[in-house]
Amino acid sequence: MHVHAGAWWLWALGLATAASRTGNPLLLALLVAVAGYVVVVCRTDAPWSRSYGAFLKLGIAVVVIRLVFAIALGSPVPGTHVLLTLPRIPLPHWAQGVRIGGPVTAEGLVFAAYDGVRLAALLSCVGAANALAHPARLLKSLPGALYEAGVAVVVAMTFAPNLVADVQRLCAARRLRGRADTGITALLQVGLPVLEGALERSVALAAAMDARGYGRTAEVPCAVRRLTAALTMGGLLGVCAGTYGLLAAEGAGLGLPVLLLGVTASLAGLWLGGRRSIRTRYRPDRWGARAWLVSGSGVAVGALTIWAAALDPRALTPPAVPLTAPVLPLWPAGALLVGLVPALLPRGDAR
Amino acid sequence: MIRFEEVSVTYDGAHEPVLRSVDLTIQEGELCLLVGESGVGKSTLLGAVSGLVPHFTGGTLSGRVTVGGRDTRTHKPRELADLVGTVGQDPLAHFVTDTVEDELAYGMESLGMPADVMRRRVEETLDLLGLAELRDRPVASLSGGQRQRVAIGSVLTVHPRVLVLDEPTSALDPAAAEEVLAVLQRLVHDLGTTVLMAEHRLERVVQYADQVVLLPGPGAAPVVGEPAEVMAVSQVAPPVVRLGRLAGWSPLPLSVRDARRRASGLRERLAQCTADPLPAAPEAGRAVAESSGLCVRRGRIQALRGVDVAVRPGEVVAVMGRNGAGKSTLLGSFAGLHAPGGGSVRVGDAVPHRTRPQQLVRRVGLVPQEPRDLLYADTVAAECAAADADAQVPPGTCRALVDDLLPGVAGRAHPRDLSEGQRLSLALAIVLTARPPLILLDEPTRGLDYAAKSRLVAQLRALAGGGHAVVLATHDVELAAEVAHRVVIMAEGEIVADAPTAEVVVSSPAFAPQVAKVLQPQPWLTVTQVACVLGESQ
Repeated sequence: MHVHAGAWWLWALGLATAASRTGNPLLLALLVAVAGYVVVVCRTDAPWSRSYGAFLKLGIAVVVIRLVFAIALGSPVPGTHVLLTLPRIPLPHWAQGVRIGGPVTAEGLVFAAYDGVRLAALLSCVGAANALAHPARLLKSLPGALYEAGVAVVVAMTFAPNLVADVQRLCAARRLRGRADTGITALLQVGLPVLEGALERSVALAAAMDARGYGRTAEVPCAVRRLTAALTMGGLLGVCAGTYGLLAAEGAGLGLPVLLLGVTASLAGLWLGGRRSIRTRYRPDRWGARAWLVSGSGVAVGALTIWAAALDPRALTPPAVPLTAPVLPLWPAGALLVGLVPALLPRGDAR
Repeated sequence: MIRFEEVSVTYDGAHEPVLRSVDLTIQEGELCLLVGESGVGKSTLLGAVSGLVPHFTGGTLSGRVTVGGRDTRTHKPRELADLVGTVGQDPLAHFVTDTVEDELAYGMESLGMPADVMRRRVEETLDLLGLAELRDRPVASLSGGQRQRVAIGSVLTVHPRVLVLDEPTSALDPAAAEEVLAVLQRLVHDLGTTVLMAEHRLERVVQYADQVVLLPGPGAAPVVGEPAEVMAVSQVAPPVVRLGRLAGWSPLPLSVRDARRRASGLRERLAQCTADPLPAAPEAGRAVAESSGLCVRRGRIQALRGVDVAVRPGEVVAVMGRNGAGKSTLLGSFAGLHAPGGGSVRVGDAVPHRTRPQQLVRRVGLVPQEPRDLLYADTVAAECAAADADAQVPPGTCRALVDDLLPGVAGRAHPRDLSEGQRLSLALAIVLTARPPLILLDEPTRGLDYAAKSRLVAQLRALAGGGHAVVLATHDVELAAEVAHRVVIMAEGEIVADAPTAEVVVSSPAFAPQVAKVLQPQPWLTVTQVACVLGESQ
């Protein structure tokens, strides 16, 4: 049941790539359906697995906001089918190029809707990954040298939900004192107690972690420590210089080798740095056949869609001008269905 | 195993040391109980064992603390992690990961244990603590007793030779507390673990202790000895000990069983007494608050299912039941915090959740589980002024109540610096400022010592005598026996018993106070009642 967390993120990344390559609302709807189906079949009963619904709602909100903006601010797409004309608000000359109100065209609306749906599909892919493998589980697969930084990130992530719960509790307590429990003043007045509470909780957690051995380090010879620092710093500089070389007009020939050298040095630094940490891992996620299948299906969806977009751009991004009904291109749709592979895998009982 | 030599601790900015020249030795395999009133330095002493004092908290520690031969001056808490397991007051603050199994493994991972050892120990610990069915559960979804067991398990997996616990049963219902204590018993007996714990609820733990360390006051030298010896001189003592003192038994009984074996004479004396042992129930009047068929959903959970309850003026009602039974939700519904999903709730002539907060404070006052939630200002005086303004009463009303409930607290004091009991009294005074006829208290005795508790009992009696109706949600059977006219027991959001205190608590062993267990089948519930009756008969 527990597929490697990285496999789920790769799968979602593949689906997200596919979503970014198409504007066809039918294909995008199919993609959201595929992601949703896999989430429903494969998710565990952990609390974060309910987050998919929140991401879907966020996606719908994105579409709505995109449409509202298209109606209020107009659309760059030229259109002939005017649906209604809003009164235009005159703006001073320095705001040239911005207009509020004016004619609303069907083409503009369709273009905005396609755009919004694409963003919503991307969000649903992120939501699916989040629901299937909490980011904290990725932590288990981080190299030892990065572990402590990773814990800090995870603790920060649990900070937010606790903060929301605190705000709700304190606002309720305001009601008990006979004050209004909603509104900006209420939020501002509970702000200080909420922050105090959060700080106290963090200190308590830090004490507990310290008492449980967090941050115990092994003795590492001085030479190794210096080498680690040199490799990491040098490697990062190499990565920066290499990237600059690749992107800049001159020196493109040197860019790639310097980049590769930098990456190698950084990885060596990370590996050496891991020797300082004595941590071991309890039942780490294994990258098995299921992980290959899950990540492979995602990558296949992404790759096939990129290829399809190159072959038949009109089917994958139907134009808003002139208005045409989008059609479902058959074989790109079939390619998206490859993303269903994780749902078809037999459910193992152990992790 | 644990040695304190001439240990004094002074926190930064404090004039007086919290601990002064403490000399103490705890042998291997002992269960040692640390007792004393709030603020005498119990937590400081525990922290000194795990090295968190002074490495984490700051302050100055003089003298020497050694644990298993390691000096805490030279060893940081993380370097003691394989030797000392520490569980603080709030298990939730202790959890680093999000599932039970990962939590159990966390400490071992930090110590770098091999994978096969970790696997074996996690399985062993799951069995030892009865957590096997919970292994995949997220820690946030566990009940209080389960959380406490997971917290203990999470430090046990590294096989520490010393376990340090700060109030492990205070927040738990009686059954969950039994669970946790049974686990500690097994550790001491089967694994030879040395356990050092602080606890206010002595009636739950004192019979299991091999040694008791009493801190008589801040900076005073500790009294160390056999439980019976120390209890004879202790200010803080459980009801069974106080009953023993009253009856003149020596050595003092520590458990209900000890006391029952000696109580035949006392029972005979009491059998001749005819005085009515029950607190006088108020005569029936129109209910101050009432609910009928009340159903409340909180998130995905049906917290209340068809609750019918009525509270009359001058009555004290204790609501009991395990963690998560719906006690707090019931109180919250009366205070308008939760809208009913079905049925009705009424306070006076108002429907709480539809009433504006300003009007509602005159009808009902709730002191929440964490009294601190009610306090926003940075001085007691400012808090009082705000309470007067909120309740629209003449300035000074709240201050007068504070002086009454909490004599000797300066107006300049910061509410955060007050002790647990003082903060509760301050919150109670604030709630009372608007003179609501109905007062609700959620778990008022959590973290209170016996002295603070008896002050609270007196305050609640005075309120009921003044015609207020009081409802308290509590796990504390002794408190319920002491003040409540009526006990309501809840389970799974339903009321399973609603009757006069004596009837309910005597009929169920889990909710019976110690005195009732000792004097069964006679109807006495508290030491005060017995003292009263014996005094009258002489």
